[in-house]
Amino acid sequence: MIEFEHVVKNFGEKEVLKDTSFSIQNGEIFTFIGPSGSGKTTILRLIDMLERPTSGAISIDGINVSTLKDRDRITIRRKMSMVFQKPSPLRGSVFDNVAIGLVFRNIGRDEIQARVPEALELVGLKGYEERKAGTLSGGEMQRVAIARAISTKPDILLLDEPTANLDPASTEKIENLISALKKRFEITVVLSTHDMVQGQRLADRIAVIIDGRIGQIGTSKEIFYHPMNRAVANMVGIENIFEGVVAKNEGGLASIEVNGISIVATTPLPAGTPVVLYMRPEDITFHVKDGVKSSARNEFTGTITKVLPMGPNARLKVNAGIKLTAVITQRSYEELDLALGKDIGLAFKASAIHVVEKTA
Amino acid sequence: MNEVIEGIIQAIQLIVSLDQEVLEITAKSLLISLTATLIGSLIAIPIGGFIHFKEFGGKRGLVTIIQTLYALPTVLAGLLVYLLLSRSGPFGFLGLMFTPTGMVIGQIVLIIPLMIGMTLIALSGVSQTKQDTVISLGATETQTVVTIVKEARFAILGGVILGFGRAISEVGAAMMIGGNIRGYTRVLTTAIALETSMGNLSLSIALGIILLAIAMVVTGILFLVQER
Repeated sequence: MIEFEHVVKNFGEKEVLKDTSFSIQNGEIFTFIGPSGSGKTTILRLIDMLERPTSGAISIDGINVSTLKDRDRITIRRKMSMVFQKPSPLRGSVFDNVAIGLVFRNIGRDEIQARVPEALELVGLKGYEERKAGTLSGGEMQRVAIARAISTKPDILLLDEPTANLDPASTEKIENLISALKKRFEITVVLSTHDMVQGQRLADRIAVIIDGRIGQIGTSKEIFYHPMNRAVANMVGIENIFEGVVAKNEGGLASIEVNGISIVATTPLPAGTPVVLYMRPEDITFHVKDGVKSSARNEFTGTITKVLPMGPNARLKVNAGIKLTAVITQRSYEELDLALGKDIGLAFKASAIHVVEKTA
Repeated sequence: MNEVIEGIIQAIQLIVSLDQEVLEITAKSLLISLTATLIGSLIAIPIGGFIHFKEFGGKRGLVTIIQTLYALPTVLAGLLVYLLLSRSGPFGFLGLMFTPTGMVIGQIVLIIPLMIGMTLIALSGVSQTKQDTVISLGATETQTVVTIVKEARFAILGGVILGFGRAISEVGAAMMIGGNIRGYTRVLTTAIALETSMGNLSLSIALGIILLAIAMVVTGILFLVQER
């Protein structure tokens, strides 16, 4: 288990990590999601003891590593492996690269001869042993870096943005590999990424980190649909954020006043509670104004104020008394004969809205 | 001008006929400078490694001094070693003045700052990520240093070759410490200086061509190393 207790890390004057506490269980894939410069890499480097915390305590399997001497740190570090965002090929062959962690551990030649091809096969690079590491493509080298990291059979695998510089095909290979490694060896994987969807695909739990502070820790469902605050909501792509007050609540189905408009949402919060509402753009559906009722409890009519094409989808801004952002497929957009300035019916379910009590 | 052309012709004859004296001077030059380079490397590379990997007070100042000493005038290096080795100096009892060993020491003093500096540049050319990668793969401090030095070995070798180039081409220290004794401490550069002053241009030109050829070989090796 990896535990951070009130860890702070400063580089010079800059506080890169602010009072951070969390714990990562053995055998889980734990992902840090956040924009560039938010402190994700620093957390991974602190776990790998490449940095010492300015204050606070970090413990690995119950041992406080923040105060350990260098010699003892190596013993703990040898239970881990880290793959960096930019893989560094060392001079020599792919074999030499994958073997180096084993050489550092004084593993016998016979075992190295067995383990290196095994690790390369796992990453799909069987037969690459004799190639020069410097001649590989970015995706291949990243897989060699992963082979190099897993050849030592670590308990904890740290991956810092492992697919940030890769094409979609290589990214998919690496993601599949990470899932397979976890299943096969039950190792703990700590991953950092700025790719929300990657976090969702891979992680058992996600920590959203913004500006050196953890905004929320939870499963991908919790993070993507029940953000705890506005910063997390913004980070995970929730564009519909409204402030209002619970007007009445009948058995968990509440009417919430937002800008003079009543929105129905599910929440146990009583009448009079100031709240913030969060809703994903994907949860809004459209229909032409034909009088046909949908099953959704919230139905509005609005005017399209902005259309932003995004590949097969389009992002629409609609003014319905409150300003909503929604996503529609290009096909539906054309079928519904929508256009800028046109009025449209839209609906969303009470359960699509995440209600959080507003704090001061 | 005729004199120069005649000199060149004679020089070629001296080289082609493998003139005994020319061969002897060339061999002596190579022996002294190669020895100085070898010993200098064994001192400079570990010092460079130490400065690179360790954090200590005054590190930046020390690096600045080393960089300044790249341009250490050869006569100053000669003077320093002269003061140390002369009969009244602290190491006078060793009797190394006017010996090839004394010349080796002079050249070592001359080239060590350059080779330390080149080692520092070579090691800082290895990315921090590479160093972190090595550490994160479980390397001890010694294993880290050895691995990073290996990573930088071609650049470090470039520095060693530069050091050799400076050693074999310098004349000040060789003259002051060696004394240009025929058949004993006479090397290419001191011989060229002497023969020119005596008007013996053909021998000077022959030795000059050889020195230039050695420089070309050295530069060629340096180029090949950097290409890798």
